[in-house]
Amino acid sequence: MLDDFFVRALLVAAGVGCVAGPLGCFLLWRRMAYFGDTMAHSALLGIALGMILGTSPVLGVFAIAFLTALALLFLQRVVHLASDTLLGILSHSALALGVVILAISGSSYGHDLLSYLFGDVLAVSRGDVFMVWIGGLFCLVVLTYIWHPLVALTVHEDLARAEGSPVERSQIIYMLLIAGAVAAGMKVVGVLLVVALLIIPAAAAQSLSRTPEQMAVLAAVIGMISSGGGLFGSLVLDVPSGPSIVVMALLLFLVSLVIQPLRRALDFA
Amino acid sequence: MSGLRQRYGARRVRPLNTGRVRLIEAQGVSVLRRGRQLLHAVDIHVDRGEVVTLIGPNGAGKTTLVRVLLGLLSPDTGHVRRGSSVRVGYVPQHLHLNSTMPITVKRMMSLTSKSPQSAVEAALDETGSRKLLAACMSDLSGGELRRVLLARALLRDPDLLLLDEPVSGVDYIGEAEMYALIAEIVARHGCGVLMVSHDLHIVMAATDRVVCLNHHICCTGVPQEVVGHDEFQRLFGTRAGVVTALYQHSHDHVHDFGGMAETPETVSSDSGESASVAHENAYGRMPHETRSRDAG
Repeated sequence: MLDDFFVRALLVAAGVGCVAGPLGCFLLWRRMAYFGDTMAHSALLGIALGMILGTSPVLGVFAIAFLTALALLFLQRVVHLASDTLLGILSHSALALGVVILAISGSSYGHDLLSYLFGDVLAVSRGDVFMVWIGGLFCLVVLTYIWHPLVALTVHEDLARAEGSPVERSQIIYMLLIAGAVAAGMKVVGVLLVVALLIIPAAAAQSLSRTPEQMAVLAAVIGMISSGGGLFGSLVLDVPSGPSIVVMALLLFLVSLVIQPLRRALDFA
Repeated sequence: MSGLRQRYGARRVRPLNTGRVRLIEAQGVSVLRRGRQLLHAVDIHVDRGEVVTLIGPNGAGKTTLVRVLLGLLSPDTGHVRRGSSVRVGYVPQHLHLNSTMPITVKRMMSLTSKSPQSAVEAALDETGSRKLLAACMSDLSGGELRRVLLARALLRDPDLLLLDEPVSGVDYIGEAEMYALIAEIVARHGCGVLMVSHDLHIVMAATDRVVCLNHHICCTGVPQEVVGHDEFQRLFGTRAGVVTALYQHSHDHVHDFGGMAETPETVSSDSGESASVAHENAYGRMPHETRSRDAG
């Protein structure tokens, strides 16, 4: 079964979609979409450094994305700049630095760069499938473990802290998870679109849910449907797979916008 | 957890007047931020069974002091002592819940610790918000939100309640009811209350002791003493006179209020009426909601 490239792609994309959805909910709630974007853009720098150091690009991406998140938290406390300015500086300079270093390292600039920027899920290996599923399961277990403190600190950080919730620890673990999702998502939709995988399914789930938990589960389901539907769409229309996954997520989001008023109208009728 | 079950299951009975049991005490607390002295040599304490109101203009360091008392901020000098077994219930001033986070009141009640359904309902009942159990937090009015947050704090079976602006976003009839509710809770649970207010009027009447803060402690004492104090008059200007009048005006009523002997129904309806009358006398017909928005 894993000999078929399309099945492998489907498994990887669905696995990533399933983890990215619930993780993305917090980016929405905490208004951190641009924060996620910055982590994703830094991924290219991670790839470049990974190549120079001879480690796997995924490891480089994971490390750099996490370090970027820590750097942001640190700079927000030390430098007196608006945080969107800081995010803009970090995000784009990491992207530019990545491209420059990639060019210096002498990798074939054109195709490689494009596959990093927009993903190349049809090229994933057996090893990638196992890595995504084992890593994904691990992520979900960890997320379940820190879920309650994360929800609490999202509602009110001081309140959570005053009631003994482990605020700092949960935040750092959450950033590690996002860094992992960025590293895995890069394979599927690429550096430029990976945040879409985190944000759009969560946004689609939002108007249909009443509790944080409902929203997380629904976001996971929508993430998987986006991955599957997008891949089939790319096969049928013969278009790039990463962007069509994001387009599929967008379609589901638009549907969610219609469902809510429809439900209200039916309630009144 | 066991305390919780005790309270909502077997109704733990606490003696009302156990002498002076100190719940929390801060001494010589100073907080500096970026060269600005937010708090300077502040002393404050709360005993069991008393309602202390921390009052002061906006930016006087009230919330900073609350954060120090909660242990969220360590003071640059001075220290905070809290009884080892003292459980604190905290009601923050703002809840930055944006509508992107779907969360029901029921889920909100188990935010940091899971409680049995019966305890959740009992706590909501106590603040008159049981009917909101299934409601979405983002749909609540200002007053409903305050009551739900208070119920959350009660669920922890607190010895000390820290209420940051318990009437923010509450209209003025709701405000009197809220103070009556707080008095009721003190009577029933025998806990101590520290509440923060930037607002004068009836809060003074619902208080055993007032602490007036403007980076340092300006004055402290029973409401009558404080309103007559020079520094208080300087801080609050003409409005201080209004409070003096109001306080004396509703003095008889204050006794009922502080007596805490009546049934909850009598207290809340009675106080609600008198307080709103007093309010109108003092402020004319200025709606409270507008004022609190201006101030916040």
